Formats: sequence, C-alpha cells, structure tokens
Amino acid sequence: MTSLNINGKTIPVDADPSTPLLWALRDVLGMTGTKFGCGVAACGACTVHVNGQATRSCVTPISAVVGQKITTIEGVGAGSVAQAVQAAWIAHDVAQCGYCQSGQIMSATALLAGNKAPTDADIDAAMAGNLCRCGTYQRIRAAIHDAAKNLA
Amino acid sequence: MHIKTIARRLGGLADAGPVARAMPRREFLRLTALAGGGLLITWSAPAVLGAESAAPASAKPLPDPQAFIKIHPDNTVEIAVNRLDFGQGALTALPMLLAEELDVDWSQVKAHLAPAADAYKDPIFGIQMTGGSNAVANSWLQYRQIGAAARIMLVAAAARQWNVPAASCQTGSGMVRSGTHEATYAALAQAAAQQAVPEKVALKAPGDFRIIGKGKTRLDAHAGATGAKSYGIDVRLPGMKVALVQRPPTFGGQLASFDASRALALKGVRDVFEVATDRGGSGVAIVADGYWPAKQARDVLQVQWKPGVGANTSSDALYASYRSAAKSPALTARDADLSAGARATRHLGGEYRFPYLAHAPMEPLNASFQFKPDGVTVWAGTQFQTIDQGAIAQTLGLKPEQVELITMPAGGGFGRRAVPTSDYLREGARIAKAWHERAGADGGPLKVMWSREDDIKGGYYRPAHLHTVDAALDEKGKVLAWDHVIVGQSLVKGTPFEAFLVKNGIDSTMIEGVVDNAYAMPLRLRVTHPEVGVPVLWWRSVGHTHTAFVMETMVDEVARAAGQDPVAWRLAQLDADKQSRRIAALRLAVEKSGYGGALPAGHAWGVAVHESFGSVVAYVVDVSIEDGRPRVHAATAGVHANQVVNPLAAEAQIQGAAQFGLAMTQPGFEITLKDGVVQQSQFTDYTPPRITEAIAVAVHFVPSQDAPTGLGEPGVPPIAPAIANAVAALTGKRLRALPFDLTA
Repeated sequence: MTSLNINGKTIPVDADPSTPLLWALRDVLGMTGTKFGCGVAACGACTVHVNGQATRSCVTPISAVVGQKITTIEGVGAGSVAQAVQAAWIAHDVAQCGYCQSGQIMSATALLAGNKAPTDADIDAAMAGNLCRCGTYQRIRAAIHDAAKNLA
Repeated sequence: MHIKTIARRLGGLADAGPVARAMPRREFLRLTALAGGGLLITWSAPAVLGAESAAPASAKPLPDPQAFIKIHPDNTVEIAVNRLDFGQGALTALPMLLAEELDVDWSQVKAHLAPAADAYKDPIFGIQMTGGSNAVANSWLQYRQIGAAARIMLVAAAARQWNVPAASCQTGSGMVRSGTHEATYAALAQAAAQQAVPEKVALKAPGDFRIIGKGKTRLDAHAGATGAKSYGIDVRLPGMKVALVQRPPTFGGQLASFDASRALALKGVRDVFEVATDRGGSGVAIVADGYWPAKQARDVLQVQWKPGVGANTSSDALYASYRSAAKSPALTARDADLSAGARATRHLGGEYRFPYLAHAPMEPLNASFQFKPDGVTVWAGTQFQTIDQGAIAQTLGLKPEQVELITMPAGGGFGRRAVPTSDYLREGARIAKAWHERAGADGGPLKVMWSREDDIKGGYYRPAHLHTVDAALDEKGKVLAWDHVIVGQSLVKGTPFEAFLVKNGIDSTMIEGVVDNAYAMPLRLRVTHPEVGVPVLWWRSVGHTHTAFVMETMVDEVARAAGQDPVAWRLAQLDADKQSRRIAALRLAVEKSGYGGALPAGHAWGVAVHESFGSVVAYVVDVSIEDGRPRVHAATAGVHANQVVNPLAAEAQIQGAAQFGLAMTQPGFEITLKDGVVQQSQFTDYTPPRITEAIAVAVHFVPSQDAPTGLGEPGVPPIAPAIANAVAALTGKRLRALPFDLTA
C-alpha cells in the first residue's frame, strides 16, 4: 500500500506503484476533478501540483511522488493564489465545455505562485502545455493578468 | 422536405409508439404541488406552439418527472435544459429565456441537463438533440412561453388568494405583489397548481428584457473552476468496472485470433472477450478495475486481424481518385447558363483540397451502463438523446422507454457526440451486456472508455474533399461563368438523415455555402459522392468548413484580379435586400477593425464573410508571415446573429470558433491514411492550436431584436479564408489546400 500526501492529507492508495497518479486519483480515490485527456503529457488536462510545480499526473507514477506534497484542483483553492485564479476564471467566464479548465487553473496557479506579474510571453511559456479545444485561450490570458493584478 | 416531416421521421426512429393524437391543450402544461411546498411544472412542447397543430405531438402520457421548472421551497427555481451543454452555453442561455418571462432574479436560477424524454424533444425537430447551432434558436419561443405561462398561473393563484384582480398583481424577483399583499412564488406554488393553464401567453417586448441580452457567466462556472463539475467520464458507481476496446486497425476490420493470456494475468483485469465493433468489424474488449489496468492489458494483447472495408484507402490515392472524379461529376446541384464564359479573357481558379479531420474533443468518448431488472441506465454526454436511446434499446433488445439515458455535461463534442449510427453507444451497450451476462452476480455497472489514440484513430471524420473552380472573367474582371465541382463522401448516406438531407442523390451538407450563391454569379455546381471505407461525420460547421474557404478565397482572388478592393467587390456584388445581414456584418467588421489603414511592413489585411446556421460572421485579420507560417496579429469579427441572448457566451463562441477554424490551417492538423490505417494517434501528431498560436478576436454584434440564429458554429468557417486572403496579399500566392503549406 502506497501512502500519498494529497491536499494536505496522508492518504493510503491501494494501487500498483507504477500506476500513474492520474488514475490513482480518479479511479482509486474517486477524485475526478483532475481530467484525462491524452495519457502522454501532451494536453495538460491532468495537471496537478507536486511541491507547487505543475506536473502532468498522467505520466507520473505514484511511486515517484511518495513523500511529496501533491495538490489537486479539489484542494488548490485553499491557497490565496488559486482563489484569485478561480475568481478571475469565473469573472471572465473562461470555461466553455470546461473539461481542460482544472488543468489550466493548476498551470496558471503555479505560474502566478512564482511570478507575480507575468508577461504574455511568460503566460505562453507556462500555459503552452495545456490544450483547449473550445479555444478559450484569449480569456485564459485575460484571467491570468487579472488574477495577477488582484494579487498585487 | 418540410421540417415537420423531418421531425416525424426522426422522432419515429427510436419511438415507434402509438400514433399521435391531438391532445386537449390544457394537458400540455401541468403543475404539480411538491412535498415541502414546491411546484413542479411539466410540459409537452406542441401545446404553446399551437400553430404547429399538425406536428407529431407525442400522445403518450409523460413519465414523471419531466419538469421544465421546479420551484423549490427556498424560492429558487430549477430549470431543466433540453439540450446537451458541451461548451456552447445552453445550460445558461435557455434558463435565461425562461427566467426572463417567469420574472425571477437570475440569482434564484439553477439548471440541469434533462435526461432523454419526450418532453425534451426539440420543439421544431421533434427529436431530443443538440446540433446545427439550434439550441437557442429552436427554444427561443418554447422556453419563454413556459416561463410566461407559469407566471400567469402564479399570479392567478395570488389574485384568488387575496381576492384582487389578476391585473392588479405585479411580479418580480420571484414574488407576486398587489397593494399591501406579497408572496413568494414558493408560497403560491400549491395554489398555482390548481389554476387553469392559460390559453395564450403574451411575451415581453424586447425593451422590457432584464435578463435576455445581458451577459451572464455560466451557471456551472464555480463548479468548473473547483473541479466539482462532473462529466460522463467522471461517473462512478459502486462496483463499477472500466472497459477498453482493442479495435481493428482498419475500419470494419475483423479479429482473426487473439491471445489474452498475458492480459488476463495482470492484476485488476477481470475479463477479455471478443466484441462486435462498428461497421461489421470485431475487436477485443477488456474489463478491468480501472482505466490503467485495462490500458496495460490492452497493450499486451496479442491480436491478429483480417482487413476491413477501409483497408485499401490511402490519402494520396484518394485525392488522385477525387481529382479524376472531379473531371466528370455525376450530379448537378445547381445549374446555370455558362455560355457567356466563352468570351472570357481570363480564367481563375484551380483545385482545392481538404483532409479528413478528427473532432478530438478534450473529453474522450465514454458511456456508463448499469442494468436494472426492467432495463438499463446509461450516462452519456450525447448530442442525440432520442437516437441514442433508440439505438441502445435496439442493441440490448429493449424498448426505448426501458433505457434511462442521463445526459451528462460533455467535454466538447463538435459533432462527434451526434452520431446517426450511435457507434460508440451501440458498441458500449454490447460490451456492457456481454459483461453483465459473463460476470453474473459480479457484473456490476460498466464504464466504456476511449483513449486519446482511440479517438484520433476512430474515424467519423470530417470527410476529405476536393473542389475545382473555373471562374471565367471578362476584361473588366466581371465573372461571366463560375463552374464549381465538389467531390466528397456523403455525411448522411445510409443513415436515417438521408431521407431529408439527401435530395436527388446530393447531400445538402456538402454543398451548403456554395449552392446558395450569395454573390449572385452564373454559378454551376456539380458533385460526386465517392464511396470510401472511412466513416465520416459532421464536424463543427459541417459543409461550411470547406465551402466557405473555397468561396471566400476565390471571390477575393476575383476581386483582386478585377483591380478592386475585396471588401468593395463583395459589397458591390451582394444584393442590398437579400444579403442585408451579410452586408451589415461585413461593414461592422471593417469599421471596427480599421481595415484598409496602414499596417506595419510585412503585414496585410485579410477579409472573409460567410453565412451559416442562420448567422453571418465576417472576419478582418491582420497577418504577417513568421517562420514560414501566417501569424494573425489581430482579428475583428462582425457578427449578425439577430437578438443575442447571452452576449458573454456569444462572444466566447465566436472567439473559440476562430481557434477551431484556425486549427484547420495549421500544419499537423490533418488525418491521413495509408493502406487503411490512420497515420495519426495523439495530440503529438494531430495538433490543435495552443495558447502560443491563439488569435485574439474582438467580437462585435449587429444590434437586432429578431429571433436569434445560430452561434455555436458560424464563427468557424470564415477564419481560414480570411487568413489565406491576407497571405495572398502578402505573397501573391493563393493557398488552395488545408492545412496551409507556404512552401508548396
């Protein structure tokens, strides 16, 4: 039995150590806010934080994150940066289908945690790994700038 | 074919129930007092659309509950949405319509997606579906009339209670007031249920709208931002297992043999068995405790295949055969006297090519099944509830009413969840049934999932097309003759939609956008529908995905050849009355963009305008070329969609559609086949735009109070031609193939 620190709680996970964190979260723990989009770290829908770093959970085996601080969309809102990001997301009505948005919010929160006033180029660099087929990029950019402003 | 006939045909698909009979008007709307003081308002659509008395009203008593409105004891109002919401915003827009007439505050409103049921059939199409950018347009009257009728009954209840004339009562914020009296809707709910259903309802004048036309954020925005929103893929039930399928490498291919011993040896793998797949094919289903063990098991399956019907398809050979077919097209979709072309001094045009395209919604396809003694419950994010309910029933040997189909929010769809053959739901139902039978008491609910690879390789593509255009011009550049040929698979042949979308052998979804001949030229259109063993399907904006590109780049080319500004040429060519909306949208985009003004060196303007799904979108773009690819620096949209119900969502639809259309232009966004095998499999080799490539679009709507027209799709078609026109202005080179290759 593997034990993981998720959203500040120690949680036993009954899964093979090679199981990707994504499937441990979704299928074993029932935490479905983290989404499956590609399984090969190409779309960012599965983004979580590992020690604050945006990480693609679909290619991260649980054995690699034992003892690390894992944060998911269900728990990230405990922090002020994520709160600002989520508030901006709602105010800008960013989501369309919304399926990629957990991952987008996790990537944006990780960006703003380390960069209080990101430029458009910073946003491009941090968010390029997160696909959105609805094409919400324009509002994602606006929401990140707005969240940064509100955090300043 | 008349729209009602369509409704009858489609409605009859899944529901061969008793013949429709006329219903007394009052039965259409029913109010039921809820325990705890709430009010349930149920509805059967044809009632208020009374003029449609010939419509095939469903005469069966409505199973309960089929509510459109629930007024809860806390005076919140829960509205059922008879559509899928997969990003287009129906979950919010339809409640806006109803809440407007019910006279409640927006803060009181909640909403959910309705399950499959007769009451939720599209009042115009007669089946429960989401497509054709019709959600708001087709429910524009229906949802307002339901709200208005309920308000009248609440007022009647108050007037009776207070012994005052109904005319003395005012409503607002979910309250009825008269003089010193006031009561919440919740408090009046029980009494309202006893009131007569109004024969007629008057709807608000647009000037009185308080909700319609005001930007509202999505009702599920908070749930979405916190990970709480649940999609089909998130369905979890006690004892649920997950199934994956190893499908044949060629469409319709069949299993020769397989060895599951290694797969079955993996922990968490429950069963491996043969299953019939789409198009007469067969494959191997794996049932496991979760996606990961199922995926691992699938990776170690040993399978031998027999080739399917699609096994001889290769993209290069396909285009060659289409090229040849274009020389002798089989069918004439629009005829014209082209004899004036004989005195042409020059000819423009050439061959246009469009590849297969996968929809690739972010949420891979999935469906969950749970058998119960009298039927099955299915959870799916489907655009076609009525058709899918019938297909599942047929697959399982049940009656449609034994299939409880729960509509789950979907992570995109773009047409892939509107499948006339119900491919993934039929297949899923077969697997669920087999599992149920094989596992006996251990066989609980099953979620059938698709991987991204399954999705990209799985067919049901926007079909490949080849157009040829020969535009004959006189010395002044006037078009004397326009000879247009389209070759491409029919989307609907062999499906229930064939009956009304195919006319004289011609699939109307392939010619839309050309056959209407907006520029009133002597235009002949001939077509051929080749038979190809690749399953095809509508893809956001359907035929307009290719027709708009050809028309709008070609007329741009004609305008330039005539020495005219492309906007001026279009405005001169468009009929001021018949094309007034197109003119208004184009003028708006031109005006707001600063079109024609000075741009930095190496930049050029590009313009395109196109009408689809009842709406017009014009784009003006500012483009340069960077690293051999067009780069869009700014885009302005002029949109004519009549009354805009939710401007915030409408703007998002156009902005998102622009990225969806941009994808078509980008290298790496095409599906190719070699010997029947799809060559792409992932977001690594089928590459939609990322934020780094996204276009910022300033969206402007032409003000209008006319009944709304479509918004989900019309923003897609004109972006690619606008960019191509800018590239031509920069390089003198006409791009005639998608995706763009500037080196070709």
